[in-house]
Amino acid sequence: MNPLDSVTGTIISGFVLAVVLAYIAAQVAGA
Amino acid sequence: MEALLPYERWLHFLAGITWIGLLYYFNLIQGQALAAAAADKEGPGGAAITKYVAPRALAYFRWAALVTWLSGAAYLGKNFTGAFTLGIGQHSSYLTNIGFGAWLGTIMLFNVWVLIWPNQKKILGFVQATDEEKAKGKRIAFLASRTNTMLSIPLLMFMGGASHGLPFFAG
Repeated sequence: MNPLDSVTGTIISGFVLAVVLAYIAAQVAGA
Repeated sequence: MEALLPYERWLHFLAGITWIGLLYYFNLIQGQALAAAAADKEGPGGAAITKYVAPRALAYFRWAALVTWLSGAAYLGKNFTGAFTLGIGQHSSYLTNIGFGAWLGTIMLFNVWVLIWPNQKKILGFVQATDEEKAKGKRIAFLASRTNTMLSIPLLMFMGGASHGLPFFAG
């Protein structure tokens, strides 16, 4: 099932992506 | 050019709120309203939404997206290249964070003009399309719209946090 089919799945995916990208950005900025 | 920055920032916020506000309207309200209207056999149906509301909302939506990107690019100015290369080698968390936001916004602009709007023109009957093309276009536009809703969450974190600090891993 695609999480984007539901509003809840979309929002949760957005927050998970935010955490992952924030981690990557912190590594890039500190490199 | 420095003197223009407050105006570019202001325009960027106004257009961005218009764009993302309408994106949330489509994803949180209109889609559900059309589904409820289709399920309500005794009700008036969703034709009025499709005919009178959706085209107007889509017009503000797609043009606001373009103005948001252009005003954002103007605001970045001499930082444009540094942002899109994520500040690598420049030891600038501002460039890295605003760069992640700029890339997310650019992907979202692409989704609006390349995936959502051309397919919405088929769905709403502005251009000729077979039923099969409409069904396929509906799925593509839906997923692109949902993708943008998802991407708007980290986008706003990066855009808002670039000058003020990010949550989670910011030292």
